[in-house]
Amino acid sequence: MKATIKSNALVLISVLWAAGTAAQEGIFDEYREMMGDDNPAVFVIDEGEEFWFAEAGPKSATLEACDLGLGEGVVEGAYAQLPRYFEDADRVMDLEARLELCMIELQGRTREEIHAKPYSLQGDTGTEMEALSAWIADQSNDLAIAPGQTHEQEQSAYAMGEQLFYYRAGPHDFSCATCHGQADKRIRLQALAHLESHEGAAEAYSSWPAYRISQGVVRSMGWRMRDCFRQQRLPELVMGSDASIALQMYLAVNAAGAPITAPGLKR
Amino acid sequence: MMRALGVVVFLVSASSAIADSPYEVLMRSMVDKNQATVSRLKQDAMQETCSKPRQEPANAEALTALREQSLAGVKMPADGVFIGDWQRGAEVANNGKGLQYSDDPSEPNGGNCYACHQLDPREVAYGTIGPSLTNYGARGQSEAMLNYTWVKLWNTHAYNACSHMPRFGDQGILDEQQLKDIMAYLLDPESPVNQPIEN
Repeated sequence: MKATIKSNALVLISVLWAAGTAAQEGIFDEYREMMGDDNPAVFVIDEGEEFWFAEAGPKSATLEACDLGLGEGVVEGAYAQLPRYFEDADRVMDLEARLELCMIELQGRTREEIHAKPYSLQGDTGTEMEALSAWIADQSNDLAIAPGQTHEQEQSAYAMGEQLFYYRAGPHDFSCATCHGQADKRIRLQALAHLESHEGAAEAYSSWPAYRISQGVVRSMGWRMRDCFRQQRLPELVMGSDASIALQMYLAVNAAGAPITAPGLKR
Repeated sequence: MMRALGVVVFLVSASSAIADSPYEVLMRSMVDKNQATVSRLKQDAMQETCSKPRQEPANAEALTALREQSLAGVKMPADGVFIGDWQRGAEVANNGKGLQYSDDPSEPNGGNCYACHQLDPREVAYGTIGPSLTNYGARGQSEAMLNYTWVKLWNTHAYNACSHMPRFGDQGILDEQQLKDIMAYLLDPESPVNQPIEN
């Protein structure tokens, strides 16, 4: 079955390539229909599991002792309650920041190496971070989004995320709210999620990480934040940075209560 | 497991985050990438005035000042000619590239009008953040219309403070000739924007 999914996916990706940037949403709907419950992300999920149990770094250690918030090595349900405050780091962290810390602490790897290429290019081979995100998020599927909001730092992360959402800057004066501050709007044919609302935030946040059909790779929530800033004509957002985490906290809290449906399948 | 965290120097102490401004948080969260440098994170007066969360009421005085300053900064076409070539204008309206770190800075910037506006009624891939501009030319080419449309393209805040639209002239996104070509695309009776679909 998997081979069929993969070849279907490849055929469709090349069709979409030819269709170019004006590719209409309809073709993605057809694709989703054709795939049914199948998602090419299943391969990436398997890869993520392999990465989790693989010995890596100078310490030749696995990530099995990594604490994603529910205790060492507990992966099931962990993604749904991120971002959250971690006492050992005295910081609010998203999944990527937490994984980075585990790679440094447990495996002895460097920040430079982890940040060299956290996200793949379009049509590229997926990265370790993308695969781990997919595998970990998949184990929160159907669970309610429940980010931490009890610690003072968790609350201030939400407040900062809200301020960042409205922060206009750059040559085009764009903020997140330019595109995502109203209901029922679209860019060209692309429908835009209204991220101030629970429904809009839930629809968007719950489905990442997602397999991006047009790019042939799995993308994480952190990547999505980075790519929004690229389109805002702003500089590159650093994975696991305070701004990235604050914005994800803003979305997660707005989406709280809705079930995780990751990995999603997107245009 | 992670008791040696004190030695991880990159971890910015988040306990100070409460007092930080969004600018400070962005400055430590972003890095230069090609043409998109962190200097872009600094807000000008318009950006600062227009970054309030929706539930915070707008300051009427600040909005009036913004409108006045925006209008005062508009540069009208040097030769007094407002209308260029609508065919070139169509290219500018369709081009969504420019000023992203993924864009080639040697290529001209686009206006990306279709991202937010309907224009040519035959184009189905139009966005809806801005109003439809189909048949915009029906308003004619009076001096008032030419002036109004030019100012709107140059700096939208002269009329509609805190509009979502970019300041295409004021921020140098489009040059004078491109603005004239967009004017033609909007106003020229020959432009497809002003050609209704025949049934």
